[in-house]
Amino acid sequence: MELEGVIEGKLSEVKNRGSLIERVVKVFLGFWALFVGLLFPLLILFILYYEARLAIEKFGVINFLKSTNWDPVAEDFGAATMVFGTFISTLLAILMAAPISIGIAIFITELAPKWFKPIISTAIELLAAIPSIIYGLWGFFILTPIMANKVEPWLQDKLGDVPIIGQLFSGIPTGVDVLTTSLVLSIMIIPFMSAVVRDSFEMVPSVMKESAYALGATQWEVVRKVVIPYTASGIAGGLILSTGRALGETMAVTFLAGNNPQIPKSLFDSFTTITVTLANQFTEADTDIYLSALYYLSMFLFLISLILLSVAKYLVLRLEKRWKV
Amino acid sequence: MKKVALAIAALTGTALALEITGAGATFPYPVYGRWAYEFQKATGHKVNYQSIGSGGGIRQIINRTVDFGASDAPLTPEELNKNNLLQFPTVIGAVVITYNVPEIGKTVLDLDQKAVCDIYMGKIKKWNDPYLQQLNPNVKLPDRNIVVVHRSDGSGTTWIFTNWLSKVCPEWKEKVGFGTSVKWPTGVGGKGNEGVTNYVKRSQGGLGYVEYIYAKQNNLPVAKIKNREGVFVEPNIKTIQAAAAHAKWDKSKHFYEVLTDQPGKDSYPIAGATFILLAKDQPERAKKATTFFKWAFENGDKYAEELNYVPMPSNVKKLIFEYWKENGVHP
Repeated sequence: MELEGVIEGKLSEVKNRGSLIERVVKVFLGFWALFVGLLFPLLILFILYYEARLAIEKFGVINFLKSTNWDPVAEDFGAATMVFGTFISTLLAILMAAPISIGIAIFITELAPKWFKPIISTAIELLAAIPSIIYGLWGFFILTPIMANKVEPWLQDKLGDVPIIGQLFSGIPTGVDVLTTSLVLSIMIIPFMSAVVRDSFEMVPSVMKESAYALGATQWEVVRKVVIPYTASGIAGGLILSTGRALGETMAVTFLAGNNPQIPKSLFDSFTTITVTLANQFTEADTDIYLSALYYLSMFLFLISLILLSVAKYLVLRLEKRWKV
Repeated sequence: MKKVALAIAALTGTALALEITGAGATFPYPVYGRWAYEFQKATGHKVNYQSIGSGGGIRQIINRTVDFGASDAPLTPEELNKNNLLQFPTVIGAVVITYNVPEIGKTVLDLDQKAVCDIYMGKIKKWNDPYLQQLNPNVKLPDRNIVVVHRSDGSGTTWIFTNWLSKVCPEWKEKVGFGTSVKWPTGVGGKGNEGVTNYVKRSQGGLGYVEYIYAKQNNLPVAKIKNREGVFVEPNIKTIQAAAAHAKWDKSKHFYEVLTDQPGKDSYPIAGATFILLAKDQPERAKKATTFFKWAFENGDKYAEELNYVPMPSNVKKLIFEYWKENGVHP
């Protein structure tokens, strides 16, 4: 009798303790998730804004975004060249990387012999493990001379006289320009993009593919009409991940961009991006307004990334809804 | 730890080992590091110098988070007084012009103020420009584009180079001015001395400016520059030190002196000292720093020269010691 009571008491004690621990863990993890996920970015945004106040007051928002002038001596700063450079290099890199990544994913999931799959996927994933400074050095010492002496003169020769797009291939090919930078950036983002795309390709139910084959579809038709439509959101996800990476890439771009705050008029012009300007000029920014303008630039990068990722996320959600069976 | 230090202090009869912190310019980092190493071996005091860049060094000493700040460009007396700071130079560096013209190889070129200014303004575009050819009558200059290279990152090297251009070239002063980074009228930007050098080496017809030490270590072809007395001077320890010896250092102006375009037939015109900043209102901390630099001025010249830095001439060192005494920060 007494013994039973004691056992019961102990049992409920253990139960209570269990639920207490559960509750504590819940609150604790919830707090950290909230802190890291929401408060931390807000805090960063606030600090960037706080440090940029001086420049915001002096240059305004529209004028700062419109002005192509970046003159530390005259203390007149504008972000147009850097924002444009960031966009154009990211866009070109994604345009170059997307078809290659999708091709790689198709090859791995549909075409490659079974024994070859792990080899090729590991090799591509290894690309992601290479530090970006190595890409920069490789691009600068190996790729730039090839671009300057072989590829770019050839492009200029073949395409330079074509109306409208000929303008893109004008100027003296130096190898440190928009084209080389985007090329190296695209190599850097291929592993991310192809990994995500490959994973989503592998999630296509084999029932669907088998049914298509049963209906007499060729391999190409299966890829084009079943696999790619089914995984559109996965492909979009891969694009987003890589956009984030390309937007923020600094070290490799510093070596290859030529670092000139100008709007490039051709693919062979040097240019600069937001992150490169920050990396180059933070250490020696000696006046308050100079430093503030740099903070202002980083605030814009933060906002651009935020907006871009939100838009992309929204697109993925819509795609997912549309393709849900 | 403390006990051990105390025991050592008691044994050797010296004061407790100091820990001296400093931050700032990257240009003198190798020599400060070497001095700190030898200084610790000799005295047991420890110096912790972080080369975070001049801008950061200035900020940190203004906020009094370090014992000394370091800047490649001198602060003006007004700025120093406003922030209650003291300033003195430590070692001298120079900026040299290097080039890559396959047709002439390592032949030393003569350049004057107008030539360099016009090249960097984008007005002289070809190596066989009549003006360049007339400066170098014994060299056959080729019909090649000049690929102008400058620094893309903010740096003291750029500060010294553009300061010299502003002094000798009115158009430069009016349109560009000087600073750690400026709005370049032409050219591509390389990151660091190595970035500039590699652009120059790689592009046939390249021309760029780099630190003297870097050019020396890498054995780059270097131009002679015309100084204000009209002499073409090759950069070396003697000619750079001559610029410092001829300069009018002024204690009351906290040694605000830029060594560009200095008088003296043997003075190399594009030189510049690097500076230390101290907090005047914290003499105890400042004295820790001067303990280190007094030792360095008295014992460190050979280490500096090993690393191709140009030490201060002895008359300037004497002046610095007096300046410390006047301001109550002499160790």
